[in-house]
Amino acid sequence: MSKRIEVRDLNVFYGSFQAVADVSLTIEPKTVTAFIGPSGCGKSTFLRTLNRMHEVIPGARVEGEVLIDGENLYAPNTDPVEVRRQVGMVFQRPNPFPTMSIRDNVLAGVKLNNKKLSKSESDELVKRSLQGANLWKEVKDRLDKPGSGLSGGQQQRLCIARAIAVAPDVLLMDEPCSALDPISTLAIEDLIDELKNDYTIVIVTHNMQQASRVSDKTAFFNIDGTGLPGRLIEYGDTTTIFERPTVQATEDYISGRFG
Amino acid sequence: MTTLLSTPTPARKLSRGTMWSVLALSVLLSFGFFSLLVLGGASTDFNIVGAVLLAAIIYVALSFVMSRIVEGRRKATDRLATGLVTSAFVVALLPLISLVYTAVSNGLNRFDGDFFNSSMRNVVGQGGGGLHAIIGTLEITAAATLISVPIGIMTAVYLVEYGTGRLSRAITVLVDVMTGIPSIVAGLFAFALFALFFGPGIRFGIGGAVALSVLMIPVVVRSTEEMLKIVPNELREASLALGVPKWATVVKVVLPTAIGGIITGVMIAISRIIGETAPLLIICGMSTSMNYNLFSDRMATLPVFVYTQYSNQGTDTQAYLDRAWTGALVLILIVMVLNILARILSKVLAPKGTR
Repeated sequence: MSKRIEVRDLNVFYGSFQAVADVSLTIEPKTVTAFIGPSGCGKSTFLRTLNRMHEVIPGARVEGEVLIDGENLYAPNTDPVEVRRQVGMVFQRPNPFPTMSIRDNVLAGVKLNNKKLSKSESDELVKRSLQGANLWKEVKDRLDKPGSGLSGGQQQRLCIARAIAVAPDVLLMDEPCSALDPISTLAIEDLIDELKNDYTIVIVTHNMQQASRVSDKTAFFNIDGTGLPGRLIEYGDTTTIFERPTVQATEDYISGRFG
Repeated sequence: MTTLLSTPTPARKLSRGTMWSVLALSVLLSFGFFSLLVLGGASTDFNIVGAVLLAAIIYVALSFVMSRIVEGRRKATDRLATGLVTSAFVVALLPLISLVYTAVSNGLNRFDGDFFNSSMRNVVGQGGGGLHAIIGTLEITAAATLISVPIGIMTAVYLVEYGTGRLSRAITVLVDVMTGIPSIVAGLFAFALFALFFGPGIRFGIGGAVALSVLMIPVVVRSTEEMLKIVPNELREASLALGVPKWATVVKVVLPTAIGGIITGVMIAISRIIGETAPLLIICGMSTSMNYNLFSDRMATLPVFVYTQYSNQGTDTQAYLDRAWTGALVLILIVMVLNILARILSKVLAPKGTR
């Protein structure tokens, strides 16, 4: 279910502007990796290159390699649609489909790909996914109600349920809690801890306590100034990064001296 | 210590009742003035539009002056602005009310079973009806809609979801130009087009439908484009991130989210073309008999029916005028029914949130 991600010398460009430069790192299966760093340092951009979602942005292109269990995402014959089926994504703002009920939202990834499921199979999938996202108890009596009627935290967990319903190997999360209150955030963090047993998780966050709570490894990104590309400054075990960082910039950022 | 809040000055305020009395007074003054004009022989008819306008002016002026004296400057300005905005609305509404009133009062004379039951075949003078024209209008409009809606929606999808660079900019410019095409030119275009294939003098319903599509497509493209643009990008990303191909994202996520607005846009486009007369006069001609076949022979339509009844009044003038008015009334009713249907449809299909 979960796979190793290897990134080699990755550069990301928006048109002629280089957003991320020379990133190389390896993410082990069944771990949680947090990306931290100031705004605009290319964390989210880099995250998106892990499932080719940056291609949605006009003008974005990538140089370098991203290997998932040895397969290059950017090989000429790789289909971005196939990649995204293996590498799911949860976004900053909860975005359930407004035309669909809670149940249909969970089944969206399967249904929109024209896979036929029997009633009992889809019931089972809905239940399993919602239980996986810790949402089943709250919504089991109103599966046919619109997903947009849920609270923000519930909507975000619905989006996680939707992402894990297609059984990806890797789950990318782009600031999944930044639009949520502390209690919903706690619910999501607990969930990340459970999901780690089955998935490789990569999370972008601005909240350093959150990074230290949920992640096994932490990557710190930084930019030297506006107009310059973001770089990976330091990458290592979360405890090491937070307690004994080797680079001065990391320590400054974590201790709140800047950023 | 005294602050502004702890020692409020008693606000003097004009009550609702006072304002209503001012309104009543202005109406009375204005209508009285125009009645005097009629009684005094200065004008023959009671000028209702003038009376309403004058009443509005008197009311706005009176309420401003009174409010300036009692309530102070800020409140007075507020009342002046409110008054102006409201009277602008009333002024905009007057022609519409007047039009509906005229159409209903004149159209009711022949709004009977016969009108919906018979054509004008062999009718000279009284009797007869507009069934052939109603059928013609419905068939031609339906055909024009069938042609325009798929083309229009697919063009809009291309512009919003796929188009980049020169081609899409060129299409946008062309669509804008098409919006401004005079309807008679659309009729001439269809006539010239079909004359190439079937020889000069060709007249049939489908030609009218093609002419109307030329007018309808740009309206559908524009409104659909606007609707697709307001679908949040997050929904597209959510769908793509689930490994859904782009075409399926457009068909199953983007279009259903925008469907309510798209239907409204299509309805506006239909309303725009259903009353077109000139192109149909050229390419469909006119007929007094029933013709259900879009693909052969001349076909009657309601606007052309109204036009011919009015322009070729026979010996019994009143019978022709009555039929023309009833034709116009039926046209208004069809548009109204279609509008209501579209509203219901877009309510049913629109995304159900809790907002």
